[in-house]
Amino acid sequence: MSEAGSTVFLALQANDDTRHVIDAIMADNPTAILDPQPAMVRITNRGALVVRRESIEERMGRDYDLQELHINMISLSGRVDETDDELTLSWNH
Amino acid sequence: MQMDLRTVTISPQRQTYGHVARHLGEDKAASRYQEGTIGLQTTGNQHYRPVWDPAHEYFDASRTAVKMADWYAFRDPRQYYYGSYVLARAKQQDAAEAAFDFVETRGLVATLPEDIRTAALEILLPLRHVAWGSSMNNDSIAAYGYGTALTQPALYYAMDQLGIAQFNTRIGLLLADPQALDVAKASWLEDVRWQSLRRLVEDLFVESDWFELMVAQNFVLDGLLYPLVYQTIIDDTFAQNGGAAVAMVTQFQNEWAVETQKWTDAQLKVACAESAENRALIAGWIAKWKARSASALLPIAQCALGDQAESALDEVCEQLVKRAQKAGAVA
Amino acid sequence: MDMPVKKKKLGLKERYALMTRGLGWEPSYQSIDDIFPMDSFEGIKIHDWDAWEDPFRLTMDSYWKYQAEKERKLYAIVDAFAQSNGHLTLSDSRYINTVKLFVNGFAPLEYMSHRGFAHIGRQFRGVGPRVACIMQSLDEMRHSQTQIHAISNYNRYYSGMAEFRHHHDYLPYLQVPKSFFEDAATGGPFEFIVAIGFAFEYVLTNLVFVPFISGAAYNGDMGAMTFGFSAQSDEARHMTLGLEVIKFVLEQDPANVPIVQKWLNKWTWRGVRVLTLVAMMQDYMLPKRVMSWAEAWEIYFEENCGALFRDLARYGITMPPCVEQVRLERDHLSHMAWAHFYQARGTSDFHVWLPSEDDMDWLSSKYPETFDQYYRPRFEYWAKCEADGKPFEATAVPMQCQVCQIPMLFTEPGHPMTLAQRHVHYRDEQYHFCSEHCEEIFNDEPEKYIQAKIAGHEVFKGNAFRPGTDPTAEGFNPAAEALAFFKVEHGRDNGLHHGSHDHRNFEMWRGLAKTND
Repeated sequence: MSEAGSTVFLALQANDDTRHVIDAIMADNPTAILDPQPAMVRITNRGALVVRRESIEERMGRDYDLQELHINMISLSGRVDETDDELTLSWNH
Repeated sequence: MQMDLRTVTISPQRQTYGHVARHLGEDKAASRYQEGTIGLQTTGNQHYRPVWDPAHEYFDASRTAVKMADWYAFRDPRQYYYGSYVLARAKQQDAAEAAFDFVETRGLVATLPEDIRTAALEILLPLRHVAWGSSMNNDSIAAYGYGTALTQPALYYAMDQLGIAQFNTRIGLLLADPQALDVAKASWLEDVRWQSLRRLVEDLFVESDWFELMVAQNFVLDGLLYPLVYQTIIDDTFAQNGGAAVAMVTQFQNEWAVETQKWTDAQLKVACAESAENRALIAGWIAKWKARSASALLPIAQCALGDQAESALDEVCEQLVKRAQKAGAVA
Repeated sequence: MDMPVKKKKLGLKERYALMTRGLGWEPSYQSIDDIFPMDSFEGIKIHDWDAWEDPFRLTMDSYWKYQAEKERKLYAIVDAFAQSNGHLTLSDSRYINTVKLFVNGFAPLEYMSHRGFAHIGRQFRGVGPRVACIMQSLDEMRHSQTQIHAISNYNRYYSGMAEFRHHHDYLPYLQVPKSFFEDAATGGPFEFIVAIGFAFEYVLTNLVFVPFISGAAYNGDMGAMTFGFSAQSDEARHMTLGLEVIKFVLEQDPANVPIVQKWLNKWTWRGVRVLTLVAMMQDYMLPKRVMSWAEAWEIYFEENCGALFRDLARYGITMPPCVEQVRLERDHLSHMAWAHFYQARGTSDFHVWLPSEDDMDWLSSKYPETFDQYYRPRFEYWAKCEADGKPFEATAVPMQCQVCQIPMLFTEPGHPMTLAQRHVHYRDEQYHFCSEHCEEIFNDEPEKYIQAKIAGHEVFKGNAFRPGTDPTAEGFNPAAEALAFFKVEHGRDNGLHHGSHDHRNFEMWRGLAKTND
């Protein structure tokens, strides 16, 4: 089974604060799948998932610190790489 | 007009958890602090001895010479459980954030007299390492101490010290640049003025009695360091000489010290009230570590206070002695 | 004065490094080995602690800010749930028994984890890992207290929760989770972080949390659901720490690989054995079920961990061999466990019941190859006993496995009609095991596991009586005295759900909330 076949996921609470975050993630990751569950969403993608600060700010209309994700994050899989501008989950080395 | 909200009334079978009620002496409504603290640590039926310390059980009151009939006689006057702790600190960090922002956006660093800026860097940046040492020592207390009443606030203290180390790092970046942190570390390692203090900190790292560690680090060393540096040097001396901007960004450290002293003193009071043996132990520890701490802090005080340093140090030592007397920590 | 030069903004990684690993230094007045005496004896070789990659780069000021926000929301909901008698909107009072299982079995483990991470947060000589560990210690304190607080209101109205601290320390079935965590905490720092940080908090975590938290959501328990979601955001940080530790240790030296593999094997097994309680909870105790244990295993282990182990394969790490047995036990585990708790209900602190016809049809559909063949007949027989007014109850003290401490109720993998037993003779004593995997764990460290305080033995040794109890007195009743020592209120905390105080109270109170009298 190839490495690219491994999926990563990010699970977030679904509320007013995360609305724009979820939209931004889906827009930036065209092959990602949104799986809505009670009070939360699970976003899965093959290979990698990227969360971009700029995309969120465009939609939210205010400055956003990616670390605000901590408030609504539920679970994740994959290796995390965190910078001021992007949070990436991936199994790629 | 009075509004009476009515909900269906059903009768509770009890007010709180059994171990909490037994400690309180009756089954009555308990606070979040009480429910989250009293009796929380295992006391019995431990299955295995630690492979890393087979001389003791995992939780073992004999890791200290202090003896208590009830390790939950200790109480945090601030009543910090996790929730109230982070809420309090969040407010304080908000104020600190605003202060850093204010100083930065109004270019107040450029208005600092150069000698104050230099002295601030000289003192506050190596103190990051002292704060990190305090964090490590309080983490030791949280790990090897006995009873949640003491180990819980010790962990909060450890995280506070990490926060202070990080605030001091930010001050370095604010007043100068990352290279200044390297310069400060070199001072910490090599400058003769810091070596007594560094030796003291490293000696504390191998102190095996966690209660002695608490007395030495929290009561004595931090008890002298904070009033000396953050009050006398920064709030009083710097602020009066054009260095108010530094005082603005060290408010957290000052407030923290005043708040935490209440906790530290309250623990000593309980331990000393328990027995003459505890009193003698603690008074002995204070005497042992006070002499070393004071002489280690003198060269640092001299950086900012010159020939006023000795009298400033005498004063904070006097205050510490008064605190010890109030806590009953006299042999 | 010159215009101030605009400062180059430091990146998150660089800033964070200054704020954490930059704080440490090479000591010279005390030897570094005296300052960090415990991080070499396990044989793990670390050549370069600076190779540690900080997973999430959260400084304390941000930590306080974001965690405070989570706490505000959490307690607002806990308070609202309590004030409105939210427990009366539960699907069914049987659900409350899952809350009892949680506060007794799992909440104290959070406290143990807090202390364990404080310990390793002091013992690793790398600053980066130490900072990550003390933050996790702080998070675990949060979990421990928020659980105790969220469940506090349940304790006011229902039984089996007031003595969670004492029960976790002494009650037989609770020695399963207790000994699990104590085993990890009494191991060396590297074993602890592989066992808990990786095996428990990464590999197995979803298997614990999803059943409990989704179970709460499905059954109307807003308090637990809120706590669960709130805690999970901390768990994301813990998971990344666990994964970083494994990667770091495996990359430091090839000699570390077999040691880590051994721990992975051991802790996957010990962890899954503890999860027997969760499997049982999912399949038998949730009135409104989320998914079966078998389904949860497929999603949260087979699928999720498939990707993980493919990632670790490049270091030479393989899937733990015990997974084969877990797969074979998958369709049997919950049934064996519930059958045991039903019949040995005397020394439990939660209530039990037999699955209804509807329940059994669900179980048949989820376990088409095992339930009807091996377990339905037993439950139907016991239902007949109940109908005849003689509910079946086992009164003997069961033999327990020396390692996992679960009663010897497991069957041979692949042979569901044969009881699984292994025995080892060690230093003049006979020790018993539920499986080859527990036996293997024992044989690797017998001096450790012979110390275990097997609950049944403690009773027979006379260690489960209150101080001052006289076993020679007229009319001495050891069972009653043991229950008194355990602080189990006989006839209230234990026994059948139907007709219990909890059941009757719930119905009465809910009736009050719904009718006008």
